[in-house]
Amino acid sequence: MAESTRDIKRRIRGINNIKQITKAMELVSSARLRRARIKLEKSRPYYNTVYENIKEILGELGNINHPYLNMRDVERSLYIVITADRGLAGGFNANVNRMVENEIRNKKDKVSLIAVGSKGRDYFKSRGYDVKAEFVGMTENPSFSNARNIGNIVMEMYEKEEIDEVKIVYTEFISTISQEAKMLKLLPSDSLAEEKSEKKKSAIVEFEPDADEVLDYLIPKYIQSVIYGALIESSCSQQGARRTAMENATDNAEEMTDELELSFNRARQAAITTEISEIVTGAEALK
Amino acid sequence: MAFKLEIVTPDKAFFSDEVDMVIVRGVEGDLAILKNRAPLITPLDIGKIRIINDGEEKVAAVTDGYISVTKEKATVITDSVEWPEEIDIERAESAKERAENRLREKKEGLDVARAELALRRALNRLDIANLKEFNNEKINQ
Repeated sequence: MAESTRDIKRRIRGINNIKQITKAMELVSSARLRRARIKLEKSRPYYNTVYENIKEILGELGNINHPYLNMRDVERSLYIVITADRGLAGGFNANVNRMVENEIRNKKDKVSLIAVGSKGRDYFKSRGYDVKAEFVGMTENPSFSNARNIGNIVMEMYEKEEIDEVKIVYTEFISTISQEAKMLKLLPSDSLAEEKSEKKKSAIVEFEPDADEVLDYLIPKYIQSVIYGALIESSCSQQGARRTAMENATDNAEEMTDELELSFNRARQAAITTEISEIVTGAEALK
Repeated sequence: MAFKLEIVTPDKAFFSDEVDMVIVRGVEGDLAILKNRAPLITPLDIGKIRIINDGEEKVAAVTDGYISVTKEKATVITDSVEWPEEIDIERAESAKERAENRLREKKEGLDVARAELALRRALNRLDIANLKEFNNEKINQ
């Protein structure tokens, strides 16, 4: 009996230690989440303005011929996969990896990847996919220059026709407790192509030097800002997912210690009862 | 006659206020924008942006971006913009040296255009950092 109470005690201590760690991680990620959300808010005006301006120009020009907007037959695809550098974030990494793998499993030799975050990189490298470029160590705090670098690689490959379409997979931040893996077609751009088809005359806008050149300048900017947006969303989602996972872990640890404490008390009680009945029997025998 | 000017970068709203005039360096040359200007979109060159309000002038360094003028407001969208006092002079100096060395050595496979751009960015920053005093003075024009 004494043996089992000691065992239980040890387990309670162990679980309490883990609980402390998960609790600390929860606090850390909620602080980071707050920071990431502020960043997300701040990046919106930039994205919105670029998007609005492109829309204006497309509306002005009507049917234009731009390589980034024209559909072509898809032979090779490129996926930008945004995951985290670290685990312990619930299904955050697995959701993104699974989504991508489901789509590319059957066309392995026609797909290249750009991995953002070491989790995605390791996953796809070990499965023999063609990882063209990797960006690790910045997923928690992405900067615009990261997005610019990724964008430039992608646009260069697209222009050389090494790839015929580009998709970006990231995790959308819906709320603190809910995030969802999303896939977006970056090139040729779906959302811009839609704008192109519905031509509408807006106010007459001057373009310097001319509309085509302004568009040549703006579309890469737009691509970069979409990538930046995806990076920021993912970094928010990452912290949110980690926070939820750690909160659950802490709750579970609490539940377990409660249960263990109950069985500890039971074992203690049983030991005392046995002892008392032994004493009573002994005293009885002495009569 | 004031109108609203906004300067946004990917990580922050850098400036948002009423101004009398803003002078930017477009790819086709400098332009001054006043209230009620016809709508315009033009990419910007590396250079300074001068904001004039109530006879006071503020200068900031911009690298790469564009300006969009609508009826309601003017918006400058740029990857990076700094007030003179925010410029890291040491960093700009070293960037300048690096770019100059690269251009001088002319190694094979050198991206001349990129090195030149880097040099111009650095020179622009240094130029504007020297205006630090300037921003505090009131100028009467």
